Amino acid sequence: MKGTWIFNNAPLITAGGAVGGKDEKNGPLAAYFDSFFADDVTQANSYEEAEGFFLSRAAQIALNKASLSSGDIDLFIAGDLMNQITSATYTAAYLNAPYLGIFSACATVCEALAMGGLAVASGKCQKVLVGSVSHNKSAERQFRYPNEYGSQKPPTCQKTATAAGALLLADKGQGIMLESVTVGRVVDYGINDPLNMGAAMAPAAADTICKHFSQTKTSPADYDLILSGDLGKMGRELLFDLLSSQGYGPDKQRLKDCGLLLYGEQKDAFCGGSGAGCIASVLAGYLCNLLQNRVVTRILVAATGALLSPNWVKQGNTIPCISHAVSLRVGDNNA
Amino acid sequence: MQSQEVKGYKSLMKKHEVKKPLFKSFSAAFLFGGGLCAAAQFIFNLFVRYGGWQHDQAAGIVLVIVIAVTTLVTALGYYDNLGQIAGAGLAVPISGFANSMVCAAIDDRSEGIVQGVATGSFKLAGAVIVFGCVSAFIVGIIYWLGGLLGFL
Amino acid sequence: MHELTENLLMAFVVGGGICLFGQICFDVFRLTPAHTLCLLVSCGSVISGLGLYDRLIDFCGMGLTLPILSFGNSLTNGALQGLRDYGFWGIFLGMFSPVSAGIAAAVCFSFFAALFFKPKY
Repeated sequence: MKGTWIFNNAPLITAGGAVGGKDEKNGPLAAYFDSFFADDVTQANSYEEAEGFFLSRAAQIALNKASLSSGDIDLFIAGDLMNQITSATYTAAYLNAPYLGIFSACATVCEALAMGGLAVASGKCQKVLVGSVSHNKSAERQFRYPNEYGSQKPPTCQKTATAAGALLLADKGQGIMLESVTVGRVVDYGINDPLNMGAAMAPAAADTICKHFSQTKTSPADYDLILSGDLGKMGRELLFDLLSSQGYGPDKQRLKDCGLLLYGEQKDAFCGGSGAGCIASVLAGYLCNLLQNRVVTRILVAATGALLSPNWVKQGNTIPCISHAVSLRVGDNNA
Repeated sequence: MQSQEVKGYKSLMKKHEVKKPLFKSFSAAFLFGGGLCAAAQFIFNLFVRYGGWQHDQAAGIVLVIVIAVTTLVTALGYYDNLGQIAGAGLAVPISGFANSMVCAAIDDRSEGIVQGVATGSFKLAGAVIVFGCVSAFIVGIIYWLGGLLGFL
Repeated sequence: MHELTENLLMAFVVGGGICLFGQICFDVFRLTPAHTLCLLVSCGSVISGLGLYDRLIDFCGMGLTLPILSFGNSLTNGALQGLRDYGFWGIFLGMFSPVSAGIAAAVCFSFFAALFFKPKY
């Protein structure tokens, strides 16, 4: 089975922008965010529109950090959780840049990095902006119940993050190297409970991570951190066991989950954060910061996505899941 | 997908299952639901004793009061937090029905008054009305047939 | 004083018990709220059809009036009353009469709530 691309001339992540909402501001990673929308809606007329504002601001921050304007962008690749990825489209209209819209649910940002990396490595593009966004309230509306509905959530459920992250990929300059990418396959272990996504997605993450190790001939010890996207508490335990059973058991301290990092012990996050914006903002804020400051030098980020729609689940189908992994490394300029 | 793998995974899931504290959840439902009914009973008694209302009318008035209070609590944004604690204790009484209508109406406001609020109001509550109606219809038909055939 | 505390305990126990049953449907049988409520409403109609519901209400008061079961009971009562008054067509003419207060209140209140409130974060 194929799927791993190793970039000899690694594209560089030169800037990142992370934007969060109210609960992200009270979370443990608040210091690594660039900007917050304190009331989660701002001047928007709807949560869906607010989601577009989030991604636009994250994109603008990433551009500002690199001292670029949207006219310098060769390609904008983004996605979100909404039907027909309207929020990403809103941002594309704002940026007025060539745009490819993608969907991999919560794994969107890694898919965008893979495609952006390919575009840069092929020499066709010099500057590619990638990003993804999710909004708790619009996701609740679309995937679960109306907001304010007094239904009880089980402890296995996860909280969709109200956050956006954007990353700028460039062919030269100073930045974090996008070493390699592993594109995952759809994995379905027959889980049909949409309120237990961590368990549904863990096998996909394990599949992709194992594939990455075997195809790049690396082992867990080569990475300072191995991050799953948003598996939450239960999913992380499952992933650890699955990796161990495949002979790739990492040091448990080094196996982290972006959803858990984002909300820490916040009680209303249940098993942890999720959503396309969760991993995007953690990656663009916290992880980029760790890498730039050389707290860690090489990490593997395996974002996971549950590719379901509400009707699909009501029709009695199981949840197909996917995971895409990117390997990031700091080093000297590759030029 | 090999079924062996899936089977193994299901048992792994059991091992790491995040358990819900059932006793706590059951007692919360009982206490909230019971408390709400007892409070409603008290108001009902007040209306009967001091308002001089008949039982049927008093019961209707109490329902309207409960619905009004639910509307207010939902609109102010506290009902979802209470519902998370109380579970069925607030979902099964008529307050749950009112909440399901109010939350849908408020939430769909962004799609406009006609296409959002008016269209969406019965999004959740509709199921209850449909099942209530159909079951009442079936009972009515049984009684009607029973009357025709002379066994009821 | 007795009149004010009448049926309080029964209302508490019966109302709480029905909610407990709902919670068991949620947690043990893993039913969604919609499935649980539809089940309860249908149960209410059946109990009403057997002619038991109104007799039980005399003892349990609000404990049986407030839970959604009573919605099924009221619809059935309306249908049967209509049947007695007008024959077959009365099933349709009468069905909603007893529940009119609840539905009318819920529709009007939710409409105005939607005009004046936004979902709170």
